[in-house]
This record gives sequence, C-alpha cells and structure tokens, in this order.
Amino acid sequence: MTSPLLEVENLRVSFPTHSGRVEVVKGLSFTLGRERLGIVGESGSGKSMTGRSILKLIRKPGEVTADTLRFDGIDILDQSEKQMRAVRGARISMVMQDPKFSLNPVMTVGEQIAEALVTHQKLGRREVQQRILDMLHAVRINDPERVAKLYPHEVSGGMGQRIMIAMMLIPEPELLIADEPTSALDVSVQAQVLDIIDDLVTRKGMGLILISHDLALVSRYCDRILVMNAGRVVEECAAGQLEQAQHPYTRGLLAAMPVIDETRDELPVLDRTQWAGT
Amino acid sequence: MAIDQQSAPPPLAPGFPSRRMQRVAVDLGSFIVTLCLTFLGLMAITFFIGRVIPIDPVLSVVGDRATQAQYDAAKIAMGLDQPLWQQFISYVGNVLTGDLGRSISTGRPVAEDLARFFPATFEMATLGIIIGVALGVPLGVTAAARQGSWLDQAIRVVGLLGYSVPAFWLGLVGLAIFYARLQWVGGPGRLDIFYDGLVEPVTGMILIDALIRGETDIFWNAVSHIILPASVLGFFSLAYIARMTRSFMLDQLSQEFVTTARVKGVPERIVIWRHAFNPIRVPLITVIGLSYAGLLEGSVMIETVFSWPGLGSYLTTALLNADMNAVLGATLVIGAVFIVINKVSDVLYRVLDPRAR
Repeated sequence: MTSPLLEVENLRVSFPTHSGRVEVVKGLSFTLGRERLGIVGESGSGKSMTGRSILKLIRKPGEVTADTLRFDGIDILDQSEKQMRAVRGARISMVMQDPKFSLNPVMTVGEQIAEALVTHQKLGRREVQQRILDMLHAVRINDPERVAKLYPHEVSGGMGQRIMIAMMLIPEPELLIADEPTSALDVSVQAQVLDIIDDLVTRKGMGLILISHDLALVSRYCDRILVMNAGRVVEECAAGQLEQAQHPYTRGLLAAMPVIDETRDELPVLDRTQWAGT
Repeated sequence: MAIDQQSAPPPLAPGFPSRRMQRVAVDLGSFIVTLCLTFLGLMAITFFIGRVIPIDPVLSVVGDRATQAQYDAAKIAMGLDQPLWQQFISYVGNVLTGDLGRSISTGRPVAEDLARFFPATFEMATLGIIIGVALGVPLGVTAAARQGSWLDQAIRVVGLLGYSVPAFWLGLVGLAIFYARLQWVGGPGRLDIFYDGLVEPVTGMILIDALIRGETDIFWNAVSHIILPASVLGFFSLAYIARMTRSFMLDQLSQEFVTTARVKGVPERIVIWRHAFNPIRVPLITVIGLSYAGLLEGSVMIETVFSWPGLGSYLTTALLNADMNAVLGATLVIGAVFIVINKVSDVLYRVLDPRAR
C-alpha cells in the first residue's frame, strides 16, 4: 500500500489571548490520498486554520503542534521557512475565499499568475505567456489575452475566482486546498467555479480539500466528509452516507437544511446541549 | 513579469492626432483651468485676509509721527482709499505682471526678495525631504515587517523623538557637536564668509549654481553648510514618514492578497516590497507631498539657528514689521507650492494606481 498524500495526526492550533492560550483546532486527525475531502463546520470551528496549518501559514503568535503532519513523506513542521516556500504553490496550493481581497489590486491578472509560475520554474518569457493563456483557457476564460492585461477591479467575482484557481493550479501542485472558494460568489456562478475545480483536480489526479460550511455542496463535490465543531472532528463519513450520519451535531445541521416542497413552518435550531460542544 | 499594457489603438484617419493624444490634451486643459482657478482663489483669500487683519500698512510706511495730511497722501499713493474690490483687481493685475509691490523692511521689490530667499529654502527642504524619504520609508517598512521586534521598538523610539524634540534644540546641539567640536560640517550661513558672493546666482540655489559654474570647492563648501540643517529637517520628516509607512504597511500585511502571495511560495522579501509596499505608494505620496510642502514653507526655528536666509525667516520678519506686500507675496509662494505639490501627487496617483486611471 502506498503511503497517503497527507497524514495529519493530533493537529492542534492555538492562539494566546488575555485569558491564556485558546486552542482553535483540538487534536485533528485524518489522512488524505489523491481524493476529494470535504471539511464542513460552522464559522470558528477551525476548518480554515486546519487548511492554513497544512501550508504552515499560521504566523506568530499562533502555534501549531501535531504528532504527525506529513505531506508526501515530508514533515511539514520540521521544514524551514525556505524549504516551505518550495512546497507552497508548487506542491500544495490554496484557493482563497474572496477574489476581491485575495488578488493584488495593483498587479495585472497576468503578472500575478506569472508570478506563481516563475517563482518555482525558470521558464522563457514566451513559454510563461503561453502557459498563462492555456491555464486561463482551462478555467474557461474565453479571451485570455485580454483578461491577462486586466486589473482585479476590472473583473467580476466569478471571473476573479477562476483567475485565482488558474493562479493556484498553474505550477501543477499535488494538493489543492480550497478554503470556502464560493462563499463570496453569487449562487449562479458557484456551481460553475466548483465544476472547474472538480474537473481540473480529477484530470490531474490531485488531492483536494474543500473547506466549506455548505453541507450539500460538499457532499456533491467530495468523496469523503469531515464534520468539524469547535476544533474537533465530530463525524467522518463517505459523502454518499451523509444521510446516515450519527452525531447529533451533524444530524442537527442536516435537519436545519430546508428542502424544496417541504411544509415545515420553522426550521429547527441546533440544540447544543446534546453533545459536549462549546 | 511585464505584459504589454497598451492594446493597439484603433486606426484613425490620417492628419488626426491619436485618441490618446486627444485625451492627454483634454486632461492638460482641465489641469490648467483648475490650476488657474485655484490660484485665483488663493489670491483672493490671502488678499482679503491681508486687508482685514488689524494692521495698518500706511502707518508702518509713514511712521507714527506723521501728520494727518502725510498719512492721507501715503494712503492715496498706496491705493488704499479705493474700494476693496478695485484694490483686489489691481492686485491681481499686478501679480500677473510679476509685480508684488515693494517690501517696506528690505526696500526692494518683493518679487526680487522672494527670488533670493525662496531658493535657499527650496534647496534645504529638498535635501531634507530626500533624507527623510530615503531613510524613513525603508525604516517604516522594516519596522512593519518585523513588528514587535527590538528593531521595530528602536525605530518607533526614533519616530517618537522626531515628534517630541524641539527643532531649535536639535539644531543647536548639532552645531555644538558637529561644527564646534568635531568640525565635520560648516557653521551657520550658506557658505564660508570668503566664498560669499563669488558665484553669480542663476537658480539661486548655491549647490546648483556652483556646479553650473564648475566651482567644485564652492560646491563642497556649500554642502558642508547645508548638510546639518538639511539633516535636522530630514530627521523630522523621517520620523513622520517612517511612522506613516509603518502603519500603512501593517495594514497591507494583514490583507488577504499578501497571504495569497505567501501561498504561491513567493519569497518574503518580494511579499513585502512587491505585494505590500506597491499598494501603499499612493497614500505614501500624499504623506511625502504634505511633508515636503511643510518644509518648503521654511522652518523659522531652523533658519534662525543656522542663519539661513530662507522664506520662513523672511515671512516672520515681514509679519513683525507689518510689511503686508512681503507677507502677501510669501504667502502666495507658499500657496503655489501646495498647489503644485498637490497637482504632482494627483498625476503620480494615476501612474501608480490602476484603479485611479
């Protein structure tokens, strides 16, 4: 059996506050192959922090510890900042939440995508140009020559997020973390963006961690789901078996989802006394 | 990675200037119109304030022992018996022909005075702001990049000193150490006494005039005189610029696109200078421009301590002597400086920020 792409065991992330250190991720464990893993949970459940600690992006005074945090045999926590830079972008990449804030406002789209590529590979100018245009084409941008010259404020949210995906996938990483990639977008373009991610991830045989608070969306695009609450995993199941989830938190979340044609007058509210929650 | 900024312009009939040229012409036209209107407003404000303040310009000309007849004659000669709006119109007309009136305290035309005093201030302020920017910006960026470190603390202390140390004290201490004791720099004044008046003024800035005439020893003598007052001025603008740069940088470093750059594996040096620093150039230009304009007003303290014949001391002397022509002239120059600096920053904004184009 080949070793998994990513192994996480007992991951803890903590930040100091006035009343001592607060753990936002409390002993998370999972393994990931070249598959699509969904992490769902409410705001503050620690899902984004999990994504960032895999890239070692938690900055001081935040602190990350783990019994194992291994990516393709590399111990992430052991890597120096310089060694990490060779991993970031090139081997593990992350699509951020809102293209309005996550793209540099004073660089053109083309320059930003080029930067992701040339940071890791020495390529000729013409080749870089060609790779950018191909990549923009791959994220279904029809006139890549024109778009490459635009600034982020000149593109729509959906296009911005496709540009983000192009930028993060152009060095051909093996693992993509998508941190709420569609929560800043209109519902009408959410599916489009996720289809693009899904298509590229499948085609290149990459691993995907899709972080979201949208259960339906995650169960549609992932093979396996982790449900997080208050820094812990409360449920792990295959995407198709979400309906059979056992944990009261997951059941509560599922019960709170409205269904078309239903006749409930009120959606139930989570009853947090049922489990050892916050 | 540069990607061509300009797409090919659409073809135009021969003989017509390109659309880009047309746009530039329109921009330039509106630029000149706003410039003229701002100047007119400036003249109106300085003129009316000059007339409403309770200083009697006639009295300062004829002295307090003059008879009523002499007083009235002087008043008519100065045109002060006419209605205010007529005085204003003739004032604007005079200013447009370069006539700012005669200064009572120096006895020379104000325009001639300003041509002597302003270059001295301009020279010192320019050198000061160069020192302030060249040191202040890197210090501010470094402090922000290493927030909380001892280096950050040290830079903040320097900034605090720049706010709290009085200018005249720093000037005097500087003279006592670097001139009187170490003799590294020249003393007060713009040149040593035996070089004085040897260079015929072209621009009025001795450094440049000496270079034009090829007088290298006068140039180095002028450098030794200007370096200390310019450094003192530079220190104050450094303190302000470093402080503002630090806070702008901290703001940018917490932005999502900086994290994006780190996710891409971009080296930290590039993260800081390309991703965090480039977007702050626009607000930084505002800060630097205002700081420079402040220096160009002339610092009375520094000019007094260093016997520097600049605009600040000229204006102060004129005010104390109720020399209204000189006051109005100097105020006009200062106002013009602010207008020019604002206009230059406006142009730079558009160059540096694609969102403002």
